Amino acid sequence: MLGHFDYKEILDNLPYLMKVGMTFTLTLTVLVVVGGVIFGTILALMRLSSIKPISIFATTYINLMRSVPLVLVIFWFYFLVPYIGAWITGASQPVKVGAFLSSVITFTMFEAAYYAEIMRAGIQSIPRGQFWAGYALGLNYWQTMGRIVLPQAFRNMVPILLTQTIVMFQDTSLVYVLSITDFLGAASKVAERDGRLVEMYLFVAVVYFVMCVAGSFLVRRLQRRIAIIR
Amino acid sequence: MHYHWNWKIFWDMTPEGTGTYLHTLLVGLMWTLATALSAWIIALVLGSILGVMRTAPQRWASAIGNAYVEIFRNVPLLVQMFLWYFVMPELLPASLGTAIKQMPPPWASFVPAVLCLGSFTAARVAEQVRAGVQALPSGQRMAGTALGLTLPQTYRYVLLPMTFRIILPPLTSEFLNIIKNSSVALTIGVVELTAAARAMQEYSFQVFEAFTAATVIYIVVNILVVFAMRWVERRVAVPGFIGPAVQAGGH
Repeated sequence: MLGHFDYKEILDNLPYLMKVGMTFTLTLTVLVVVGGVIFGTILALMRLSSIKPISIFATTYINLMRSVPLVLVIFWFYFLVPYIGAWITGASQPVKVGAFLSSVITFTMFEAAYYAEIMRAGIQSIPRGQFWAGYALGLNYWQTMGRIVLPQAFRNMVPILLTQTIVMFQDTSLVYVLSITDFLGAASKVAERDGRLVEMYLFVAVVYFVMCVAGSFLVRRLQRRIAIIR
Repeated sequence: MHYHWNWKIFWDMTPEGTGTYLHTLLVGLMWTLATALSAWIIALVLGSILGVMRTAPQRWASAIGNAYVEIFRNVPLLVQMFLWYFVMPELLPASLGTAIKQMPPPWASFVPAVLCLGSFTAARVAEQVRAGVQALPSGQRMAGTALGLTLPQTYRYVLLPMTFRIILPPLTSEFLNIIKNSSVALTIGVVELTAAARAMQEYSFQVFEAFTAATVIYIVVNILVVFAMRWVERRVAVPGFIGPAVQAGGH
């Protein structure tokens, strides 16, 4: 019962949880946002491409990623990345890939499918006349996209991209299935070692809750600010 | 690149001797569906109640509904899974907690998994129900009141029948999500489809065959659900109304 709740257990392990665990979780989140949004934007452009094979490839990729559980994708990439590495470097043995790099690749590939759908909606929200105006001015596809369409699409979608990022931040806890020491993994190790499951898991829940609520609050504020300027 | 493909592996017996690997995967699928469907019932009932509360004129009701949604949406599913599995029995009265922990093997993890997925998805269903009710023209609520219906009657006969038709597409994606999310239950020992594929990989060393099979099964289930729900949508459609799509985010 809560009467035995040991606050000292949390305080004693706080430096470890934050320095090792939270650092991993936040680094992973930041790298995946950057990688995922870039790759997702490329996927969105591919999906909207008028060249059929390219758009079919992107659509298939996005739908595949979205219909499979993240846990299965994590396992897939954990075993697949060493083989892809071997294929790229031409090595005869599967390349050893660290847990961190493996999870960065996994989440980037997975989240890109979700970011791609957001970016597609963003691109499609730009009036078609702007494309034509770009072409009429003599700009080519990349200039039109890069200088006219994408900056606006990105800006319109920033709140939704950030909301998705909060979801992704929570999802990174699933690297637990690879026994990686992220925030939850660190707490879980301490919990198992000291037999303090109640304290550790409740603390983890509270920390995630506070961070996500604060994140959502900031996103809502940003949304209002963007809305006023436009 | 040396990987020895062996697609016949599915017909080999597992070392446990209980059946073929294909059988292992299908049993896994059964647990995936059992977990997802049981949790979906909780999610639908609890989510509808909470969603209605959030649109009710009583302040306290919407406050409770909003608080629930905030809490369950802002804690990772895996952490919630651990809370239900490890923490919940400790916080209950000792006898009840022990009874839960001593349930025979599949149930000791199946029951917390279902409760966790159900309450997690309820928050998302509540969000859809709220959006659906608010998407209805406010005249419908007023018309109900003008006809002399009580508030519960207005919801039961006027608002909710349209709401559920409007939110069928986002509810479909929530249902697809609950099937996918049931894979998180493997962390507390439910041997559902992903765990079964993982077990097959550990025994047979045929990693990619096992994961390919699981992937294909998930996609097939996905497609079947989408088609079934399209059929339901057509069946229940009210002529002359095409419900506005409500945006569903996350996964």
